[in-house]
Amino acid sequence: MATGEFAGHLPHAHAAPQGFIRKWVFSLDHKVIGLQYYFLALTAVFVGMLLSLLMRIHLIWPNASLPLVGEIKPETYLSLLTMHGTIMVFFVLTTAPQGGFGNYFLPIQIGAADMAFPVLNMLSFWVTFLAFVVLIAAFFVTGGAPLHGWTGYPPLSALQSAGTGQGLGADLWVISIALFCLGALMSALNFITTTLDMRAKGMSLMRMPLTCWAWFITAILGLLAFGVLLSAGILLLLDRNAGTSFYVPLVVVNGQVAAHKGGSPLLWQHLFWFFGHPEVYIAILPAMGLCSQLVSVFSRKPIFGYKAMVYAMLSIGILGFMVWGHHMFMSGMSPYTAFAFSVMTMAIGVPSAIKTFNWLGTLWGGKIRFTPPMLFAIGFVSLFVSGGISGPFLAQPVLDIPLHETYFVIAHFHLIMGVASIFGIFGATYYWFPKMFGRMMNERMAQIHFWVSFVGTYAIFMPMHIYGMAAALRRYSQSTEVAYMRDLLPWQQFITAAAIVTIAGQFVFLFNLFWSMKYGKKASDNPWEATTLEWTTATPPPHDNFAGRTPVVYQGPYEYSVPGAPRDFVMQTEPAMEKVSH
Amino acid sequence: MRNFSSTLDTSAFPNGANGDAVLSFEVRLRRARLGLLVGLVGIVMVFISFTSAYVVRQGLPTLDPGTNTLVRDWFSVRLPSLLFLNTVVLLISGGSMELARRQALREFRSEIESGIPWLALTVLLGLSFLVGQWTVWQKLAASGFYLSTNPSSSFVYLLTGTHAVHLLGGVFALLFACGAALLRREPESRAVVVDIAAWYWHFMTVLWVYIFCLLKFAR
Repeated sequence: MATGEFAGHLPHAHAAPQGFIRKWVFSLDHKVIGLQYYFLALTAVFVGMLLSLLMRIHLIWPNASLPLVGEIKPETYLSLLTMHGTIMVFFVLTTAPQGGFGNYFLPIQIGAADMAFPVLNMLSFWVTFLAFVVLIAAFFVTGGAPLHGWTGYPPLSALQSAGTGQGLGADLWVISIALFCLGALMSALNFITTTLDMRAKGMSLMRMPLTCWAWFITAILGLLAFGVLLSAGILLLLDRNAGTSFYVPLVVVNGQVAAHKGGSPLLWQHLFWFFGHPEVYIAILPAMGLCSQLVSVFSRKPIFGYKAMVYAMLSIGILGFMVWGHHMFMSGMSPYTAFAFSVMTMAIGVPSAIKTFNWLGTLWGGKIRFTPPMLFAIGFVSLFVSGGISGPFLAQPVLDIPLHETYFVIAHFHLIMGVASIFGIFGATYYWFPKMFGRMMNERMAQIHFWVSFVGTYAIFMPMHIYGMAAALRRYSQSTEVAYMRDLLPWQQFITAAAIVTIAGQFVFLFNLFWSMKYGKKASDNPWEATTLEWTTATPPPHDNFAGRTPVVYQGPYEYSVPGAPRDFVMQTEPAMEKVSH
Repeated sequence: MRNFSSTLDTSAFPNGANGDAVLSFEVRLRRARLGLLVGLVGIVMVFISFTSAYVVRQGLPTLDPGTNTLVRDWFSVRLPSLLFLNTVVLLISGGSMELARRQALREFRSEIESGIPWLALTVLLGLSFLVGQWTVWQKLAASGFYLSTNPSSSFVYLLTGTHAVHLLGGVFALLFACGAALLRREPESRAVVVDIAAWYWHFMTVLWVYIFCLLKFAR
């Protein structure tokens, strides 16, 4: 279709690679690298989901012997929990929205032929891939995977003798995280440079799609946060293997005094959560950007308050670095410090509310098209509100202390950070699949997938809030040995049943994804009648994105239902004559 | 009401701002410098984390199981005087690096080759610094201060070691640039690599001065 204006025909900086290895394995093309990240995350999400299924089944049948793992001992349960959290947070929520879709679409949406540093881009993917392999290897070494949870709190994480899985398995965990940090830092460098230096003529910052803003801000957060986690990981590795005592105090393990003293476990917590809270936004900001995009496209209206959306994302990013202490209210923090962290945490509610109301404002009065991506965008808003509303509860130290070790926290962050972000990934998949693969995904299967996921998510996590408020403790592998928790078992049974149905629904998605690649309806270059630059180029995009041409941008990204326009959308590349005719 | 044109006006902009097709030297240099600047932010965050850990750990009391009281277990590490010499070597290498950077840009722009091999000299000075740091570690070990002896010695090895690893990266970049010069490949790429390596090197010099001051004055 290639509607709009281009700045002439020019050759690409590097020719399209020939041969399978250079084209699909060690590719420099940001689109291939984006797909590599996406399929890595897809693999990771099914591994992570399988682990959660094993945990859920164990919670209601604690003595059952399960396939692959046999009878689940408490240590096995903790290692499943650790690996589930680590895989999901790093290799799914951080990898798919930013590494996958960001890599594929940021250059195209700003009118560039590739990322700023293609070799670095390739390297960041392969380092991330290696990190995943190292992490999975922890399952297969002596002692198995670590027990210390995805947050890796010392002294447990720092002492080899602290339990099965805390030997080589825990070392592999730390090395995997450190490698992931390196990959994420290289990726952040590329995203920031690309956004600042490679925008097409006319693509001012305030004409960028909100997806690009989200990827840009996420990259800044990653740049500032992953360096800190890397440092924390290096110290942990030294404590574990070189006899240092950065984190380990004088401690007795299995009746023996460990050869450490004077370290501070809280030092790890500070460093970890200085990374960990921005990580929440690293996971969800791309989904916010995407949701803005989808809500505007499928309401056929400009996004309500474009600048407010940008400033809200920036505020969320900045505030995200000032609230890490709210993860540590339990640590004996001074009430004054806790108060400061509490106020800053609640302040994040303001930009979050601005975004929510702007999404609702965009929907209001729109000519809504309930396509699969739009369903997931609306689902995202719903989950963002439902999961976000319990945030101000947990931001209060006085409420957080009784709730912190319960399932309430699990329900909170799974809704807002986990499933809301996953809905963003689903929305992005259904939206950009036609551009990536040249075919449409099957709509009926997509609808089944949406409704099973949407209802299933609420069926899992809403009861979990109540279960947590009833003081059901998290991290316990069995709830049948304690009287009051045994009475609450029907809640666990319901949650597990809901989880099984929801997980089954994901196989509909998986089938649809691969089936549609081959048998889906052929897609046009702009099937959604959207305005941004990726829809001006061929489907799938050529090696250099715009077939040797460099687009020129005249319009904002959300010009829908513009009075006087021949159609109800105006491409970003369409020149406008400002002179009014009447 | 706006009026929309559907015609293409390809003469309006002869080239897009990203200029990917035929990247001029200036665009490549600007992009590489921007990338380096962003990358340095990541490195700064690593050392900020170490510094905060240093300050926190230094102020922490430790439980003495013998007396069951809180005691201070931080010993000041007496830094070998060789560190002063290493610092001087690195500062001199910063000067030669800058001369190498200017030389490479001059060579690229006017294609005149200057006589003194500043780049090779910088590599030599950089390697001397690293060998000097290795010797410092040997001296520390000889005086009984190993990585795990005391929290203060742990931080001395951590900070100097992490800096050395980063500087080694700079040495590799310079060796790459030297190789490009010897093989006479792409003078443009070589000029960009030398420029970026130079700014990285200057950052490493400043970072070293910071680490040295931290270890010397905040013991």
